[in-house]
Amino acid sequence: MAAQVTGRRARAARYTAVFVGLGVLFVLAVLWNIHTGSVDISVREIWRILLHKGEVRREIDLGTAGASTVSAYNIIWKIRLKRVLLAAVLGGALALSGFLLQTFFRNPIAGPFVLGISSGARMFLAIVTVALSTAMTRVPLWITVAASFFGSMLTMLFALAFGRRTRNMSMLLVIGIMLSYICSAVTDFLINFADEADIVNLTHWSMGSFSGGSWQDVGVSALIVLPTVLVVFLLSKPLSAYALGEGYAQSVGLNVRRFRLALIALSSVLSACVTAFAGPVSFVGIAVPHICRILLRSEKPILMVPASFLCGAVFCMICDLTARTVFSPTELAVGTVTSAVGAPIVIWLMISRRRAQKE
Amino acid sequence: MENAYLQLDDLTVGYGREAVVSHIRLALRRGEIASLVGPNGSGKSTILKTLTRRIPALSGKMTLAGADIASLPGRRLAEKMASVLTDRVTPELSTCFDIVSAGRYPYTGGFGLLTARDREVVNACLAMVNAASIADRDFASVSDGQRQRVLLARALAQEPEIVVLDEPTSFLDIRHKLELLEILRALARDRGVTVLMSLHELDLASKISDLVACVGQGRVLACGRPEEILTDDRVRALYGLERGSYNALLGSVELPRPAGEPRVFVLGGGGRGIRHYRALQKAGVPFAAGILPENDLDMAVALPLAETVITCPATGPVPPARLSDARALIDRAGAVLDGGFPSEARAALLRYAREHGKQVVADYTQLSEVLS
Repeated sequence: MAAQVTGRRARAARYTAVFVGLGVLFVLAVLWNIHTGSVDISVREIWRILLHKGEVRREIDLGTAGASTVSAYNIIWKIRLKRVLLAAVLGGALALSGFLLQTFFRNPIAGPFVLGISSGARMFLAIVTVALSTAMTRVPLWITVAASFFGSMLTMLFALAFGRRTRNMSMLLVIGIMLSYICSAVTDFLINFADEADIVNLTHWSMGSFSGGSWQDVGVSALIVLPTVLVVFLLSKPLSAYALGEGYAQSVGLNVRRFRLALIALSSVLSACVTAFAGPVSFVGIAVPHICRILLRSEKPILMVPASFLCGAVFCMICDLTARTVFSPTELAVGTVTSAVGAPIVIWLMISRRRAQKE
Repeated sequence: MENAYLQLDDLTVGYGREAVVSHIRLALRRGEIASLVGPNGSGKSTILKTLTRRIPALSGKMTLAGADIASLPGRRLAEKMASVLTDRVTPELSTCFDIVSAGRYPYTGGFGLLTARDREVVNACLAMVNAASIADRDFASVSDGQRQRVLLARALAQEPEIVVLDEPTSFLDIRHKLELLEILRALARDRGVTVLMSLHELDLASKISDLVACVGQGRVLACGRPEEILTDDRVRALYGLERGSYNALLGSVELPRPAGEPRVFVLGGGGRGIRHYRALQKAGVPFAAGILPENDLDMAVALPLAETVITCPATGPVPPARLSDARALIDRAGAVLDGGFPSEARAALLRYAREHGKQVVADYTQLSEVLS
């Protein structure tokens, strides 16, 4: 029993370290993202512009602020801050959506991009955009979100119909890739025959990007994602029961049918929101939960849910920073960077699992 | 039954509209162990799945201490009934302790955090299944036997009144089978836990159970105490054994007897004939056995395997008629296999065989030239 207590203390210390570390990284990533770019802004300046916004604003209005302050103010409030916040919120959403899908499919390789859910959302978005382009110049935000939600749900149901019975990781992957190709084919078809101007935001979504969002986008996505994350966190207990399999979950009193629906809906909301605002950002959903498992050495949802969200936010902020600075002034799509980091992790996962199965 | 704890009343189970097993009646008192036996696909698991509410009953009633199982809230049912399923459990990065603590689900708060009492119960359950020493081991790395015991501990952590197990002994070797069943016995005896399980092994079922239900041909063919239920004929009928046989007394199964004119006469007795009978059966050599007292240990194997068995009363001298029957069989057979159990009859028959030029050996392998 004494050994158990020491073991518990050691684990608690590890969990604390992981969360403190992620918290620090989160703050650093935000600051770093705001600091770096074509114009570097000092941390002190950032501090002043963020925390004493009114004061700086007044100075600018009165014309007493220096030219560098004016440009820094504009860069922060008009470009970098909303971009980094969008990356944080949507990155967290992607990672959490991946974790939910992995729990649901009991397969560590499940994720919104791999299962074709992101492509499905994009296809639906394309259909709706093209259909409405004659009637209106700009499609309202809520229609965008709703369309991508239905697209997510629909592809999810397809993936379910084909992939539910297989515990085989490669099979699920194949199903996902095929669904993804079908959806992309439809999307490309629509893009080919649509008017260039109507679908300008569809083409730039082919690899996903956090740039170009408005403050309204940031607000709406936070309003969708943050409450969803809270709900998922509150479901930690049934999630942990579900991880033992539906039979056991049911035997301890969980209403499996209802919970399954909740899981599908929650993960769809999260991945749909990302697709609506940033397009398909690949592999975050697999890579981040996996990193969290390694860090925490645990799969308990009560730890994994907040850790995945935080880590996903940090991961996407860093990837976005990489995307816009490495080949500056040319900007990469964030999906390019996440793929470059995420795909090797997936390959490594599959190989190490296969080895473990053989032993 | 008046004081039954679990009662299945005219229960029909199946999938969709198709009934798999109909009109099941079963009553089980607290602290009793019941086993469902029957061939693969007979519906044992379907019954257990219905009982644990994984699938709805087609008709009929199931009650637990008088309460209707179908209408109990999930959590209330989980406090009374726990299961060990055949589902593969493949969690990652979970210790055995973690797996067992999953059984505390009905008792923990909104976030599922364990209290000191929860930990105490989990440790006690691990100790009960002799798994305290592997509490901190990764569940994925323990052996099949340990895994099954940990899953049983998980069920016990629900502090249930009844445990339902679906083929808990599959994939376990004989030692782990016995270990598991011993634990179940202790649970039933010491804690009054009621146990209902499906079992493949008839011998184990008859040894551990207070009640056995034979499931086959879409119904419960028989239900009662194992010694009443598991008779040779019933088991043959239940499993459709056309060849081979089942011995109720020993709870063992024998392969079909080699057919034909006996080519070897086996002198058995005192259990020494059994290995010869089995060796001849494997080689497909028809044989006769004798002269066995009616209560001899060899009888249980000689009867299903030998073409002819010559018996004599358990006490007193061997009747001369039996001796001459044996001599006639030796005349027809090519050789005599000697088990070596000393008796007057054996000595007389050995002498007779040698005088008539029959080969007499003590081991089957020495027979080969005669038979080839």
